[in-house]
Amino acid sequence: MMTAAPRPAAEARRNARPIYLDYQATTPVDPRVLEAMLPWFTEKFGNPGSVTHAYGREAEAAVESARGQVAALIGAEPREIVFTSGATESNNLALKGAARFHREDRDRVVTLATEHKCVLESAHALEREGFRVTILPVPLDGLVDLAALEAALDERTAIVSVMAAHNEIGVLQPLAGIGALCRARGILFHTDAAQAFGKIPLDVDVMSIDLLSVSGHKVYGPKGVGALYVRRRPRARLTPLVDGGGQERGLRSGSLPTPLIVGLGEAAEIAAREMTEEATRLRTLRERFLAGIRVAVPSVRLNGDPVRRLPANLNLTFPGVGALELIEACPGLALSTGSACTAAEVEPSYVLRAIGVSDELARSTLRIGLGRFTSERDVDFAVDALGEAVGRLQAKPVKTQSGASI
Amino acid sequence: MSTLAYLDWNATAPVRPEVVEAMSEALRCTGNPSSVHRWGRAARQAIERARAQVAALVGAAPAEVIFTSGGTEANHLALRGVHEHRVLISTIEHESVRAAVAGATLIPVTREGVVDLAALEALLAAEDQPAVVSIMLANNETGAIQSVAEAAAIARRHRALLHCDAIQGAGKIPVDFRALGADLLSISAHKLGGPPGVGALVARDGVPLSPLQRGGGQERGRRAGTENLPGIVGFGVAAELAGRESLPSAGIAELRDAAEAALTAAAPEARVFGKTVQRLPNTLCIGMPGVAASTQVMALDLAGVMVSAGAACSSGKVRRSHVLAAMGASAVEAESAIRVSLGWSTTVAEIEQLVAAWTVLYRRTRSAAA
Repeated sequence: MMTAAPRPAAEARRNARPIYLDYQATTPVDPRVLEAMLPWFTEKFGNPGSVTHAYGREAEAAVESARGQVAALIGAEPREIVFTSGATESNNLALKGAARFHREDRDRVVTLATEHKCVLESAHALEREGFRVTILPVPLDGLVDLAALEAALDERTAIVSVMAAHNEIGVLQPLAGIGALCRARGILFHTDAAQAFGKIPLDVDVMSIDLLSVSGHKVYGPKGVGALYVRRRPRARLTPLVDGGGQERGLRSGSLPTPLIVGLGEAAEIAAREMTEEATRLRTLRERFLAGIRVAVPSVRLNGDPVRRLPANLNLTFPGVGALELIEACPGLALSTGSACTAAEVEPSYVLRAIGVSDELARSTLRIGLGRFTSERDVDFAVDALGEAVGRLQAKPVKTQSGASI
Repeated sequence: MSTLAYLDWNATAPVRPEVVEAMSEALRCTGNPSSVHRWGRAARQAIERARAQVAALVGAAPAEVIFTSGGTEANHLALRGVHEHRVLISTIEHESVRAAVAGATLIPVTREGVVDLAALEALLAAEDQPAVVSIMLANNETGAIQSVAEAAAIARRHRALLHCDAIQGAGKIPVDFRALGADLLSISAHKLGGPPGVGALVARDGVPLSPLQRGGGQERGRRAGTENLPGIVGFGVAAELAGRESLPSAGIAELRDAAEAALTAAAPEARVFGKTVQRLPNTLCIGMPGVAASTQVMALDLAGVMVSAGAACSSGKVRRSHVLAAMGASAVEAESAIRVSLGWSTTVAEIEQLVAAWTVLYRRTRSAAA
């Protein structure tokens, strides 16, 4: 299917902008989202808190409409949505807020070794406050072992936090199974759905989710905005991180950024409409990518469960080739080794280490994120470029100790 | 009636056209500022440019600027991040400062709404414990400008840190972080022509600060979370524009003074809060005797004039202002006060619309009472 010789189309691409293959780090703002946002910066600029006048009420109505759009995508009620500055804040609020509220009767927090840094850091901050934190190991497929999770739960457990879709290895956790375990024990179930929201179907009732974090910029919305779903029945109670004007039912004070919230709402609505079709298209592209790269580089390894993963994510190890060298050798592609937060670090991914990938192989690993604006031609070009570069680098003497030369 | 007069600029301001332009461009750029590929690097450069622009507005070094999601978060980061044993705040601070710390010692203000420096000195002298003092640059309801530099000098003598909430003052009056002698200073973009959803805490190099929000280690570990790139870019441009207009306020002050003169001429017994002290050039807090602020705000709204009955914040509930209460206003007085706040595009016609509507209401209630 793939040929080694560059196609004319691929040839023409070489001088164009690099192909963006880092959709897990951030997504471009969808032009329809941008269009919806712009009027709220200028002519409709009122503070949604200023309900005593027309501009304020107009902004308030826009915020409430967006709240409905976000809620609809996860089967929630609008008043269960709290707007935040992003998924990091949502995750901090969910973990710290829930744990601190329940401190008296439940002092235990359970999460996974592969969670996002902001979940793990929040858990560690709680540990310093005297909470008991259990961080469960994760097997090679990246999926939580439900029996091990069940064994870790007790009557002192306040909250369990498990990421819905993984930002590096793309795996989809069995949310309904985790939710059922938690619900039966009166434990709050939080899921960081920054990568999953708008990409795969989520239903807070079916999955027994109590708290769910959303990010704007991972779903073709703007940066600087996110949301936390907070269940009302049975009520998930939180201690707020930020107090003040009492916005968001006291859970998150601060003037609401109307344009950003409108953008998140629009992004959610587009996802609700197009997610199924888009997921099918992306899954096909992902499989095309994987098939192509396996032909070009037979030694390539896929990390994380091959089926239960995000439609558009691949996490690939190219044994014997340093990931950073490979990125450098592919100037036509925007690639990453893993989480953007730690992209500048030379340390191998803690996520790969947690699922048992050796440091040597982790240093040879790339995260490939396809998305809404990736075309079949982009995939073919990327496969050719990567295959060619791997071939060139493999021909060079292998650096055994530090594959990741700068 | 057909035109609308927006006179609630202290709640929020429209985003300046140049800012929208810069943001629209930034919104079209993909790239996580932490990514090492070229899109990520371009995003990083844009953020560092904005950091320099914001730093320049307040006379700080770029490395001292920590971007946050807004003023409320900046105030929280300052007061909860320093971990001092004792926190002293004035009685007129914004809710986001009041709520940030439980059990803060309150520093009283005068009848005209400025912090009583002798009282601050006495409070600091009374207990020899590491402390942080929080005093706003200018009050959001009355516009009264505070003696922050003097307060900082007193704080320094007692080895206390000083935090200044400059959210309402920045962009309206010059702010100089070094001249103020502050250790920490909060600013917000949407109060000075930038977008909502972004702010900054300026923290003097060497001030120990622990983060509120942990995660990816952004903002040199002091504020985790993917940076709000377009918001930050917009903040930078707004800061540069605000700094370039050395005295944007001369025309605004004239308009405010004209409004004040016309309203007090119509209702001679109306109280102007903070009248005798230095105020922000754009702010007028005035009480119509015997008429509830909620009634005034509603009547003005029907006449197309948008003002507020205090801080914008949560709910539209018109609560009794803690600021006016701290200034010794009676409940009746405080409940009759409205806030009129102007901005760079305010016109004479808008002021006339306010004066006309307010005067009509005043005369109607007078004749009803008679």
